[in-house]
Amino acid sequence: MEIVLQNLTKIFPGRGKSSEEVIAVNDFSFTLPDGKLVGLLGPSGCGKSTTLYMISGLQKPSAGKILFGEDDVTDLSPENRGVGLVFQNYALYPHMTVKQNILFPLQNLRGADKLSKKEMMERAYEAAKLVQIDELMERKPSELSGGQQQRVAIARALVKMPRVLLLDEPLSNLDARLRLQTREEIRRIQKETGITTIFVTHDQEEAMSISDLIVVMKLGVVQQIDEPQAVYDDPTNLFVAKFLGTPPINVLEGKVEGEKLYIGESAVMDVPGVADQEVIVGIRPEGFVLDANGPLTCKLSNVEVMGRDISVVSTHEKSLNPTVRSIINADNKVPATETVSYSLKPHKVFLFSKEDESRIRFEVK
Amino acid sequence: MTTNQVKTVGVRKKSFAQTIRFDKWKGWIYLAPALVLLLIFTIWPIYNTIRMSLLEGYTTMKDVGGATFQFGIGNFKRVLEYPGFITCLKNTILLCVLTVPISTFLALLIAVCLNAIKPLQRFLQTIFFMPYVTNSIAIGMVFAAMFNMIIGGSARPDSVGIVNNVLEFFGFEYINWINAGSEYWANIVVMVVYIVWNALPFKILILLGGLQGVNKQYYEAAKIDSTPKWRVFTRITVPLLSPMLAYVVITGFIGGFKEYSSIVGIFGESMGPVGNAYALDTMVGFIYRAIGNQEGTASAAALILFAIIFAVTMVNLYVSKKTDYTGKKSNAKKKKKAPSAAKAAKAAKPRKSINLNATVKPVIAWSIYAATLVIAIALALIFWL
Repeated sequence: MEIVLQNLTKIFPGRGKSSEEVIAVNDFSFTLPDGKLVGLLGPSGCGKSTTLYMISGLQKPSAGKILFGEDDVTDLSPENRGVGLVFQNYALYPHMTVKQNILFPLQNLRGADKLSKKEMMERAYEAAKLVQIDELMERKPSELSGGQQQRVAIARALVKMPRVLLLDEPLSNLDARLRLQTREEIRRIQKETGITTIFVTHDQEEAMSISDLIVVMKLGVVQQIDEPQAVYDDPTNLFVAKFLGTPPINVLEGKVEGEKLYIGESAVMDVPGVADQEVIVGIRPEGFVLDANGPLTCKLSNVEVMGRDISVVSTHEKSLNPTVRSIINADNKVPATETVSYSLKPHKVFLFSKEDESRIRFEVK
Repeated sequence: MTTNQVKTVGVRKKSFAQTIRFDKWKGWIYLAPALVLLLIFTIWPIYNTIRMSLLEGYTTMKDVGGATFQFGIGNFKRVLEYPGFITCLKNTILLCVLTVPISTFLALLIAVCLNAIKPLQRFLQTIFFMPYVTNSIAIGMVFAAMFNMIIGGSARPDSVGIVNNVLEFFGFEYINWINAGSEYWANIVVMVVYIVWNALPFKILILLGGLQGVNKQYYEAAKIDSTPKWRVFTRITVPLLSPMLAYVVITGFIGGFKEYSSIVGIFGESMGPVGNAYALDTMVGFIYRAIGNQEGTASAAALILFAIIFAVTMVNLYVSKKTDYTGKKSNAKKKKKAPSAAKAAKAAKPRKSINLNATVKPVIAWSIYAATLVIAIALALIFWL
């Protein structure tokens, strides 16, 4: 089912007289296609969880509308929205067994949806099988590992067949290895059930790896909505470019003169169609090519070998980061000199306006 | 030089040894103040109570006078055979059985309501706590005035308490609650109202504290799962509060068995309406009166009361352990029991048998609790009739 957010805004009143009100989410409009997995991505305090809670109904929007398909659910209480929500710390009822936890939402169904005991059991076991916890049905949450608890929480959210599944930082309580495994699991479950799913994360890798669409947010304002690769390859502004990618993008000062990009004194690239101005240059680590005659020369600090790739750490006086880090194929040999020279791959270089950090596009030949 | 050195070493050794000895006793020295107080005010009285209860017809005056007493269980016999003792036991049990469930339920209700409101919560909390810090004799006198009903006739004006005024307003007849000629059930109703009112603040405080400690996310999760309010209360709030509820019930029963000052507060030292003295006598009342000149009997009665409280508390603890929903209980026990249940049920799949166990256990626990209550009420009725 399609979810439509129209000019969604949430303002928290300031506490006391002196403090100002906080705009947690500002004018968020977005249509979420049916059956997709969407990642809400941003640093903490950017309003991503608030957006999720507004979709769930636990928080009321200050302005704007939320539509599930054709229905306007803006004023509907969470009970009547038919959403499944997995909390950050799962909120499993500690006094109930796994089975009782999963059965709980089903036992609340009334009227036409009311199920017989047998049907409830079948549904519960079905949901448990989907998340592979059907062996643990008689355990209490305190007897489960973090990953198992997380699956129980997903099963509890899925068992009532919600129209939308919402996940609030679902992986933040898991260790690195379990996190990898569980995010694939979430992807698998989402694909199998086909339920429109929104999940919140501050981990860009997590969002990139499993989402169909990424929404990047900053201070309550949506920065960019696109497919993960598109967001990475074509960021709309410096914030998005910086937020996505590990290692992060290299940021340098530069200027454009006569459709040529200068970093320091050397012209590193042609940038057709860009007016003369001072710019901020973002270069992805994989955008560097080792070239003895290359125009961009950096002071070599050290070389990190990572097996498949090598990472060259260097410094440049115009760099806004402490170091300039490039990743190049291990087949290349880094010369044992004091400096290293590169030429650049034009599609891995982004120009941003110095005033508002917005993207300045140029034609890539 | 050398002798000097040896000497110093010797001195050091001695002091080292002293240190060790001091270390050994250090703990006891630190404990001493508490231990001395405990010995004087707890251990010695307990010992003395047991001693006095086992000496036939013991009184302190004669003891001081140099008399000797025979060892025996006559004091206990005398307590049990004394007709007034049965009244005491009956009243005590009746008041306990009536007031503890009522006050616990009301306290839970008020605590949940208080927890649900934001404005005025602190203010109302303070108001509900007022009875706790007010002297129970003083409150008793106020209650006595409220339930009063003296029809003066021509000699003096009527003096009717507010309760009867309210009854009159709604078109009911006056009820003689506590005055001369009042009936036993009316007396009990007044006592129940008073004791419940007096017991509420402490219970509300404990339960409200428990409620505020419950993670709000459980309620949000329940909301998302469209749980009806009543089900949230029975399936989430009450189970998560079960440790506090157990505490409140246990202390309630202990306090209830020691009921005394509330009755004195309303009926005075005669512990009953005028013309029917000692109709509302309790165990502690009996003990207090016996202390006057029959310390042996008083001690025996105190020990009997102790035994009753101990037994009831054990039952309470057992039940509350059986129905502990918080999931922190020893799971080893559960796992041990599961296979035996499987054998008993001859179930093919262990999963089913555990399932059975899980559903049966609370049923058993609650039926034990219900049975205890029924037995207690039955006992009270037998004594009454």
